Amino acid sequence: MNSQGYYHGKLNEMKSRHSDDPDRERWRRETLAPWNQKTGYDGKEFFNSSEIPIKEIYTSRDLPADYEKRELGLPGEYPFTRGIYPNMYRGKLWTMRMFSGFGTPEDTNRRLKYLIAHGESGLSIAFDMPTLYGYDCDNSRADGEIGKCGVNISSLKDMEVLFRGIDLSKISTSMTINAPSAILTAMYVAIAKKQKVPMDSVSGTVQADILKEYIAQKEWMYPPEAHIRIIRDMMTYCSANLPKWNYISISGYHIREAGSSAVQELAFTLADGFYYIDLGIEAGLPVEKFAPRLSFFFNSSIDFFEEIAKMRAARRIWATVLREKYDVKDPRSLLMRFHTQTSGYTLTWQQPINNIIRTTIEAMAGVLGGTQSLHTNSYDEAWALPSEEAVKVALRTQQIIAEESGIPAAIDPLGGSYYVEWLTTQMEEKAYEYFDRIEKMGGMLEAIKKGYIQKEIAATSYRRQMRIESGEEVMVGANKYQEANEKPIGILRISKKAQNAQLDRLKKVKATRDQAKVDAILSRLEDAMKDPNENLMPHYLEAVEAYCTLEEISNAGRKVFGGWKEPVIV
Amino acid sequence: MQGGRYLADGKSQSLFRDKPIKVLLAKPGIDGHDRGMFVLARAFRDAGMDVLYAGLLPTPEDVVNTAVNEDVDVIALSLLNGAHLTVFKKVVDLMKERGIDDISVVGGGTIPDHDRPKLERMGITGNYGPGTPLKVIIDHITERAAEARLRKNRI
Repeated sequence: MNSQGYYHGKLNEMKSRHSDDPDRERWRRETLAPWNQKTGYDGKEFFNSSEIPIKEIYTSRDLPADYEKRELGLPGEYPFTRGIYPNMYRGKLWTMRMFSGFGTPEDTNRRLKYLIAHGESGLSIAFDMPTLYGYDCDNSRADGEIGKCGVNISSLKDMEVLFRGIDLSKISTSMTINAPSAILTAMYVAIAKKQKVPMDSVSGTVQADILKEYIAQKEWMYPPEAHIRIIRDMMTYCSANLPKWNYISISGYHIREAGSSAVQELAFTLADGFYYIDLGIEAGLPVEKFAPRLSFFFNSSIDFFEEIAKMRAARRIWATVLREKYDVKDPRSLLMRFHTQTSGYTLTWQQPINNIIRTTIEAMAGVLGGTQSLHTNSYDEAWALPSEEAVKVALRTQQIIAEESGIPAAIDPLGGSYYVEWLTTQMEEKAYEYFDRIEKMGGMLEAIKKGYIQKEIAATSYRRQMRIESGEEVMVGANKYQEANEKPIGILRISKKAQNAQLDRLKKVKATRDQAKVDAILSRLEDAMKDPNENLMPHYLEAVEAYCTLEEISNAGRKVFGGWKEPVIV
Repeated sequence: MQGGRYLADGKSQSLFRDKPIKVLLAKPGIDGHDRGMFVLARAFRDAGMDVLYAGLLPTPEDVVNTAVNEDVDVIALSLLNGAHLTVFKKVVDLMKERGIDDISVVGGGTIPDHDRPKLERMGITGNYGPGTPLKVIIDHITERAAEARLRKNRI
């Protein structure tokens, strides 16, 4: 397979199919211009987040002549622009999956059960910062951070409490964890074993997308190569043992929150996805078999049509590249399944109730974009983790879209809109421009290590901030229609009690476990880390089951692999 | 806060004529939310300041050491992880311990209203939340830098 220059060729092909619309030119001259003159139009131009200029009107001439047949198609058929399933939401609604976690495992266990009782259909766990970086609650750096941004997990004991009374054979769980994802996966497997759930029905997702950590979220423990090796081990282990476990959720969400445009989110996320495809192939896994285990995670921001176009373009690019460049034949292996979360960045600290409206618009874009699952942010999240009341409004927002609005009735209802289809091709083309550039730089890992991707995002973020500062871009309540002396809202507070409870539990775990066994396992783990041909997953499983702590297990890697300093971005 | 008068009588211009305001941007907790830091770094630079960024996950000790070694005027702390009361305090406590009084400390991030007076009492001012105009932040840094510079120049 000669794939060198594939993206460049693709780009040229797309560009060769552009055409003008003479009738629109005539209309601009004869109808629009006199009208603008008469009404005193100030010549204002319109752009979306990707700085793509938006025309006044779109026509069939904005699309290539054979577009409907070649690029649009029908749902459940290649290239899946209109959705990955033949019946989409008519058959099954998207999964309503609310990202939750705060305080102690007891606190979060109660919140999970509250959400299940109110109709949530899948779990999604948020961890606190120490957990995300692989530190235990008794590390001095974790002081003041326990349970603040999510639930704290220091050992398997905490996971046992987190899932107490929740049947893992009946619900799927998504865990937003990256650097220590293999360790948390091992803990989840250990809980499933205790609940006697057969391994082939353990279902869920672990984020494990380390590339976007170096790009955007900045939660790593080791150098990229070490984390990539651990992901490879997880891919191999899960392919053989956990057939329903999605071991990487390739995430654009954080790239967008870090300040990228929609096009950059699309391009960098898919470039990461192709990197993981290459990684699996290198590990000797058949691409047809492992591609379906990779899922995606997108941001749905406030520019409504741009978001919908982005999601439609994402499905089409993924299927096209897998088929044309990677020679994947089984259509089931071409499907891009993705989760969507509404944008945190668009929420304002000012007049927070307005955030309900923003989230509604963004959630609708996710549904019209064909998402498989959805998290809706709560109106108080610019301030803190959501209160119970706020999170219920967010869940109800999804339920109203699902069961009142009529949106799910027809599949891809915006398909065929000249504007949305044109925008879909624009997003696609600009993504291929980035793929081409990244390939020429030596691939995604190189582009990240050079800081190129991070700098692109920081530059976009800065330009947007300048537009907000000047008032060119409006955030209602924040830079326009402000109110003096707003009344404060009630927000969730995490008390220091959570930290103390976690410290007590960890102390007890350390006092009651078999220390000699722990030492022996950790030393074997270090040896295994030194041998790149050894799969680390069985070692992680053995370690968590013996109640080695998250930090102890992470430290084995810190010793063997070392740390990582990011390139200078500013 | 009495910094405003330095600006008002035009002293700040002459204070920074030979050496521009030097700011250290730092996220001293376990927190990777750096979007705002990058925006501030560029905006401060565009405003003529000399800007340092402490990088990812510096300890409070790292922050104070860098600030002293680089002789900055202002440390600008940011956290979006809810740990500001504990972690910002560690920075100012260390400074107090070491008798450093010629560096001002300002804060920002997701800081709820009810925490702001507590931070002010520690000498950490600003404590701006999302949506604050850059100009407000730059003016505040300039005021606090003037205070620090006057203390640096007192001998």
